[in-house]
Parts: sequence; structure tokens; C-alpha cells
Amino acid sequence: MTAVPAVRLTDLRKSFGPLEVLKGVSLEAHEGDVVSILGSSGSGKSTMLRCINMLATPDGGEVAIRGEVIGLTPTRHGMRPADRLQVDRMRSQIGMVFQSFNLWSHMTVLENVIEAPIHVQKRPRAEAVAEAEAILAKVGIADKRNHYPAHLSGGQQQRAAIARALAQRPKVMLFDEPTSALDPELVGEVLRVMRSLAEEGRTMLVVTHEMGFARDVSNKVVFLHKGVVEAQGAPGEVFTNSTSERFRQFLAG
Amino acid sequence: MTIAVALTGFVFGSLIGTLGAWAKIGGGALARGVADAYTTVLRGIPDLLVIYLFYFGSSAVLTPIGRFFGAEGFVSLPGFLAGALAIGVVSGAYFTEVFRGAYNTVSRGELEAATATGMTRLLRFRRIVVPLTLRFALPGLGNVWQQVLKESALISVTGLVEILRQSQIAAGSTRQPFTFFMAAAVLYLVISTASGWSLSRAEAHFTRGLRRA
Repeated sequence: MTAVPAVRLTDLRKSFGPLEVLKGVSLEAHEGDVVSILGSSGSGKSTMLRCINMLATPDGGEVAIRGEVIGLTPTRHGMRPADRLQVDRMRSQIGMVFQSFNLWSHMTVLENVIEAPIHVQKRPRAEAVAEAEAILAKVGIADKRNHYPAHLSGGQQQRAAIARALAQRPKVMLFDEPTSALDPELVGEVLRVMRSLAEEGRTMLVVTHEMGFARDVSNKVVFLHKGVVEAQGAPGEVFTNSTSERFRQFLAG
Repeated sequence: MTIAVALTGFVFGSLIGTLGAWAKIGGGALARGVADAYTTVLRGIPDLLVIYLFYFGSSAVLTPIGRFFGAEGFVSLPGFLAGALAIGVVSGAYFTEVFRGAYNTVSRGELEAATATGMTRLLRFRRIVVPLTLRFALPGLGNVWQQVLKESALISVTGLVEILRQSQIAAGSTRQPFTFFMAAAVLYLVISTASGWSLSRAEAHFTRGLRRA
């Protein structure tokens, strides 16, 4: 565990109109942490994740990536990033995997994976392609490299999306309900890839409903309820003897 | 000449349309208002009127300026330029709506994924927004092109010798109107069929990835 957390959220607040989604959330994820973020729908867990890479701009509080605070300036309606370049640079070091995959449909799997390395990070094409092929082999879809996303199953698409995020050589990976849009029989293949990433020691924040993953793979569990952190800690202690009545209700379904 | 004036107008219109669509989607209240007024007015008045405005209107503006600089008599925009500008301004209104509609069809998630990789807005526009928008815009653009092509015939009123004007002259001097106007019709058909064919090629290119393997 290093001194500076990979991700630190301090008193994060976010409202959509009159609806206050995050009411002061603080969280730290250190290098190599795998944090599972649990909560019922509407608890603010996806919004919190999206604040980390500024896909949603917080109205208050602070986001720091590896100690670097993202500058925000107030506007009439809330906040906006003070320095667009800082946000772009920070985003290029954060890989994000979405619930609905969001692969670029006009590009093949390989083109999706090499897009950011070549055009955002300005790495040489040959190097990006070689690395992309290695990553695709790792997630088990090397044979699909020249297919378009529409021709793949959901599980293959999500693994391609994970490959795309990995190709950014991310310092942190964000997963926003990565298995929620998948048919039940395809969930396993995606979880296996995520588990292997966790075992590599990657820093991951995962919004999920997969209790098995939260319990067995992550080393930290955060339970959000109505915009506040209701319980957090190592999965062993949170799952077995949480004092939060709401968390126990949540587990009971 | 027909193709040249239509193409110039089309390109000019697509530039205006991009700006207009951008104003309607991402602009502030003022930009949106201007774009709304533009598309409403230009789609609501006859194209011939716009051409007259550009050709005769521009000379009404340019002649005094020319006189000030010591030019004699009537100064006007060349027929080609006035015509291409007029076509551009009219088709730009249609382009605006086509682009706006197409952009709204693009999946928000794909745009968000681009943002999340740290693309700058310009890079995202070039690599993701344009190809995905064109995919949905192409059928609409085909319509705009056909319309522009036919509109170019109206430019003959400025004395520009394009297909229609040429056949008028020929019909007048040979007294065989049927032959020459039929020839003109065939020429227009040939051009529009050829462009229809290239358009479907382009459509195939931009919808790659949507077809079933």
C-alpha cells in the first residue's frame, strides 16, 4: 500500500436538478485495490464512478487521482472542470468499462482497441497493434479481431471493451455494472477476465450486483445507500458482521 | 457547369449545415435561435427568390461600393459565384436538419466512451462523431444532393450557361425545343443516377459494421 491513494474522493456531492444523488461521499482506493461498490438502484453508485473521470461533474467535494486534485470552477448551475487538458490527460490514464459496452460500431475490434493508444497517446501504430493483439489474446477473443462489434455476442463485446480499456495502460480501471446487460450464461466469461485482472494487481473500482465477485475477488466493499456510504471495509467483515441494518436488508434482497 | 455549380453549392451547404447543426445541438441560446431562424426562413421561401436576392441583391450592394472605388456602371457577383452561394445557403438549411437528426441517432454511449479515453473534442469529432453521424445522414444527404442538382437549373436565370440554359439557347436557335430539352432531361438523369450509385457505395462504406456477417 502506497502513501498516495490511486483514487481519493472527498465529500463528493452531486445533484440532478432537485434530486440529490450524492450527499457527501468519501472513498479511498490504493494501488492494487479492487473495490466493489454495491447498492440498490438510485443509490448513486454509478454517478460516483462517473465522477471519478468527470463524465459527471461533481457539484462539490474533491476528486484526486494519484494525489492530483482535479480542478473545478463553479458555474451558474454547478461546477465544471477548470482545465480541460488536465481532465483529458487524467481520463487517458483511466480505463472505463460500461454496462452497455459502448464499442465504436464503425470500427473492428482491433481498431477499437488501438484507437486511444494511437490517437490519444500518440504511440507508434505497430507497437499499439502488437500490444492490442496480446491483450485480445489475454481476454480470449484474438480470433475476433477483425470483426465488427455488432457481430459479437454480448460477452465477447464486453471483453473487447475491457481490452480497449486495458490498451490505454490505465493506472485505474472503472467498471460500471459490466455484467448487468449480459445474458446469464455470458456473465462468467467476463467475470473470469476481471478476476484475472484483479490477480495481476490492477487497481479497479467495480460497480456491480455480483455478490460473488464482491466477496471473493475484491479486497474492499463499499455499500452506498441514498447517496451516502452506509458500510465499507474488507468483504469478510462487511458481509459477515456489518452493523448496517440496510446492508443486511440489501443482501437479503 | 451544372455539376460544378451544384458541387460547389453542395460543399458550401455542407459547411453551413455542419455549423448550423453544431449551433442547434451544442450552441448557446443565441446560436440556437439564429440557426432556428435560418432553417425556418430558408426552407420556407422559394429557392428562386434566394437566387434573385444573391444575384441582384449583391449587385445592389456591390455597385455603390464599386462606384466609390471608381468603377463604372453595374457591378455584380459572377453568376457562378452568386448561384453557388445561393444554392449553398438554401441547401445548408436542409443539411442542418439532416445532420442534426443523424447526430441525435448516434448512440450516446459510443460518444461517452470516446470522452472517457481522454480524446479532445476535436479528435472525438473527427474520429467518432463524423463517421457515426454520416452513417445516418447519408440517405438524407442523397435527397439534398438531388435537390441541389435540380436547383442548379434555376441558376440559368442569372445567365449562367449550365445544362438548362444551354438547351434553351440551342432550342431557340434551331427551333427544335423537344430534342434539346429531352437531351437536357437525359443529362440530368444520367448525373443523378451516377451520383445515386456513388451514394449507395458511400453508404455501404459507412454502414460497415452494421451489416450481418
